[in-house]
Amino acid sequence: MKTITVRYFAMFREHAGVAEETLQADVATAHDVFEATRARHGSEEPNGHCKVAINDHMADWDSPVSDGDTVLLFPPVAGG
Amino acid sequence: MMEVTQKAIDPAALQRSLANPAAGGYCAFEGWVRNENEGHVVERLEYEAYEPLCLSEGEKVLAEAKEMFPYLEARCVHRVGLLEIGDCAVWIGVVSAHRDEAFKACRYIIDKIKVRLPVWKKEHYANGDSGWVNCERCAQHGIAD
Repeated sequence: MKTITVRYFAMFREHAGVAEETLQADVATAHDVFEATRARHGSEEPNGHCKVAINDHMADWDSPVSDGDTVLLFPPVAGG
Repeated sequence: MMEVTQKAIDPAALQRSLANPAAGGYCAFEGWVRNENEGHVVERLEYEAYEPLCLSEGEKVLAEAKEMFPYLEARCVHRVGLLEIGDCAVWIGVVSAHRDEAFKACRYIIDKIKVRLPVWKKEHYANGDSGWVNCERCAQHGIAD
């Protein structure tokens, strides 16, 4: 069991109703964290066009997460 | 240099900041807020960014462009907050010894900025609705990775 801080942005923040929350779950990768938050908030957004960062560094969905990490979940970006 | 700002972008001042006696060419791109998207009348746009990663990822894009198209100076500024129709949302300027590097680097930078920076925009429509713009649409227009 790991304690992960999850931060949501834009559409994800509106779905979750919070900008940040703590997740206690048996998670190994960033993808596991995403799935756990989807289950918690009933989101149907696939991760295909989303991005993830761990502790302020861009990461891959299969990047490992450690106890105490902060995982940032970015919905599809649309700059410019 | 990559910047994120809540203030109005001043293209003339940014252009002056790139002055370089070795420069023979200057190329700039301005992205403006448009009054229509996908058939909806848009009244204003709201940009949100996660600044720490915007800055680090933006600097990576600028470095990649310099590696491929060696330029002298480049700056990219992305605005955040509530923007009105016609406002400049993103500005990119590149100066180089010759025009080819400036054109190509400028194009590379805007294309990557749109798909890699953690920036989101919410459209506010004339009918009172609003919605987050999904950049899958960007891919449909052939400018995503």
